[in-house]
Amino acid sequence: MKSKKPFVLLSGTGLFAVVLLMILSACSESKEAEAKNYLGPEGIPVSQEMIAELTAPPNVPGPTARRKAKKLIVNMEVLEEEGEMTDGVKYVYWTFGGSVPGSFIRTKIGDEVEFHLKNHPDNKLPHNIDLHAVTGPGGGATSSFVAPGHEAQFSFKVLNPGLYVYHCATAPVGMHIANGMYGLILVEPEEGLPPVDKEYYVMQGDFYTKGENGDRGLQPFDMKKAVDEDADYVVFNGKVGSLTGDNAITANVGETVRLYVGNGGPNLVSSFHVIGEIFDVVRVEGGDLINTNVQTTLVPAGGAAIVEFKVDVPGTFILVDHSIFRAFNKGALGMLKVQGDENKKIYSGKQEEGVYQPEGSGIQEMPVDKDIVQTKETAKSLQEKMEFGKATYMRTCFACHQAEGQGIPNAFPPLAKSDYLNADLNRAIDIILHGKTGEITVNGVKYNSVMTKQDLTDEEVANVLTYIYNSWGNSKKEVTPSVVASRRNAH
Amino acid sequence: MITSPLKIVFFFAICIICTLNSVIAQTENMVTVKGGVYIPLYGVDSTAVKVNDFLMDIYPVSNNDFLAFVKKYPQWKRSHIKRLFADENYLVLWNDDNTLGNQLKPNSPITGVSWFAAKKYCECQGKRLPTIDEWEYAAMADDKMPDARKKETYNQYILEWYETPKSFNNSIGSTFKNYWGIYDLHGLVWEWTLDFNSVLISGESRKDVDKDSNLFCGSAAVGASDLMNYAAFMRYAFRGSMKANYAVKNLGFRCVKDLNITP
Repeated sequence: MKSKKPFVLLSGTGLFAVVLLMILSACSESKEAEAKNYLGPEGIPVSQEMIAELTAPPNVPGPTARRKAKKLIVNMEVLEEEGEMTDGVKYVYWTFGGSVPGSFIRTKIGDEVEFHLKNHPDNKLPHNIDLHAVTGPGGGATSSFVAPGHEAQFSFKVLNPGLYVYHCATAPVGMHIANGMYGLILVEPEEGLPPVDKEYYVMQGDFYTKGENGDRGLQPFDMKKAVDEDADYVVFNGKVGSLTGDNAITANVGETVRLYVGNGGPNLVSSFHVIGEIFDVVRVEGGDLINTNVQTTLVPAGGAAIVEFKVDVPGTFILVDHSIFRAFNKGALGMLKVQGDENKKIYSGKQEEGVYQPEGSGIQEMPVDKDIVQTKETAKSLQEKMEFGKATYMRTCFACHQAEGQGIPNAFPPLAKSDYLNADLNRAIDIILHGKTGEITVNGVKYNSVMTKQDLTDEEVANVLTYIYNSWGNSKKEVTPSVVASRRNAH
Repeated sequence: MITSPLKIVFFFAICIICTLNSVIAQTENMVTVKGGVYIPLYGVDSTAVKVNDFLMDIYPVSNNDFLAFVKKYPQWKRSHIKRLFADENYLVLWNDDNTLGNQLKPNSPITGVSWFAAKKYCECQGKRLPTIDEWEYAAMADDKMPDARKKETYNQYILEWYETPKSFNNSIGSTFKNYWGIYDLHGLVWEWTLDFNSVLISGESRKDVDKDSNLFCGSAAVGASDLMNYAAFMRYAFRGSMKANYAVKNLGFRCVKDLNITP
């Protein structure tokens, strides 16, 4: 409707149509008339064919506002492949397009989508796709059921604008979803969504592994835990850390950010929240209802929401499921890094980072069992200690002490080149085992915060300290489990 | 989606029959499965099925076995096979008609064969493909008991295998020996059955849990047997996605033989 270039349609169009188009585009009233001639959205004509641009999270394809409804060809491949849930924890994901969540599909109302679902020959299982944007039996599932090494094709017309989940619906449905087979399809209204500066794709999912959170090695799916809804990982975009550190999404002060937030489930609903921001606009459940000035929006399993907000001040804003143990203990944590000038009128003080509370990971204040379960794989070389230690660090210490051990000014002391750390190994062990409260001075700067005791095994403590001491310019000590054990028994 | 029974009858009729003199019943490497009455995974009490005693191959048919077969019956070679009987994926990993591909081991299960080829292979050994009921009956057994379906660990084992990629290139006999002395029913490859498409599972798996369907009646779908159903669902869904001319990288077969018929 708002196309500024009606004449691009000239080629291949009959003279009559050309004349008609010229008349129609001469004034806006005629355009309105044209719109009313449609018999509802299903009457919207499609002109040309185009191959849909598909993007892996957190990216989304470009807006559709400037194009007319088209025959949109979507080529999506199903891949069953091993990936990494978090450092050291492997998982076999089943994916749409090689990512979890699957590729983002962007359509506009009236598009006629020709969907090609390709099941890779190496795959073990049949798959299909149920798109909530489809009006028809099974959302396309019946028509797209396809064996390994084969391709299924079906078409549908997108009739309702909104943000919709798609997922696999092959038996056993829960298992296909739990292994990562979900994603989002956006149907834009005729005029498109209002332009914003940055758009991102964030989708939550819960995962169930045979081992507990953090257990190393290839972790099979655990059906019992899935039935009990006892998730080991709750994550954004398929794995722990997919939106943190170098993977953080970014914006500049003054820009408007739009997040397409989905929840694949299979079980848990999400209390989606961005720490330190208020959503100016929430398109509730991805539909027409607009709510404004929202702190936390509920995203149901198999549902979505579009949230928009302007970033006014710089800093790191943390995306969480505000069912908060999921964020700090199961992985549902992402970062939006905003760069630009400070605005003291809006926020002054400890504004650098938006971590919620000085909590570590691990279970707090649980009595330590005498028969602490040792991790099955034990580190044998310094290299392995570094690797295992890093995994524990990223799980337990990262949120406060940060990726490069730089800490957070005024809140959490640095571990990098830390005089306090390097001065006394036993003290460092004690702090991990028993926690630390009160003022300390690190590299000449005073800190006064709380570190809770960490529920880690002797080996985990040894590995993580070895990692810390051998990183970021520290004194390269190698710590053994027996030294940790002797400190533990000393108390 | 589903090849109709009528079509299969048609294919039966035009299928080339092994010359009689070549049919020498091979009963070595087979063991007896003692029949009985069992309730299929998709069933309720009233659907109990009787399975007669039968002989089943201890191992799935290997690449080497199948190589020998195509040498003897050249019409089943890759370049000779009719498209009616196998799609383009038939033996696609072989280098040519008479050589296995580099990534295939002689002692791994044959895969990438259609139902027609599998059926013919068994016939030419004086055997036949197992029915779904025979296959499922034999595959209920773990290493200790004939029906281990209620055992959580057993179902977990099966589910884990379903999630393990590329197991088709492991050697036959590399999984556990079950109660009957049979290997690899779970853990290596899917296996063709004679009537693989007789239980209709539609493409829309969620529809199949309602009471109108033969499969997964309401009680079974919501009962305490979730794990069991999930493992079974996978096999029935897989079979439901097949057509008789499909050749699939993770799908092989083995043969059975009726006990009471002497060769």
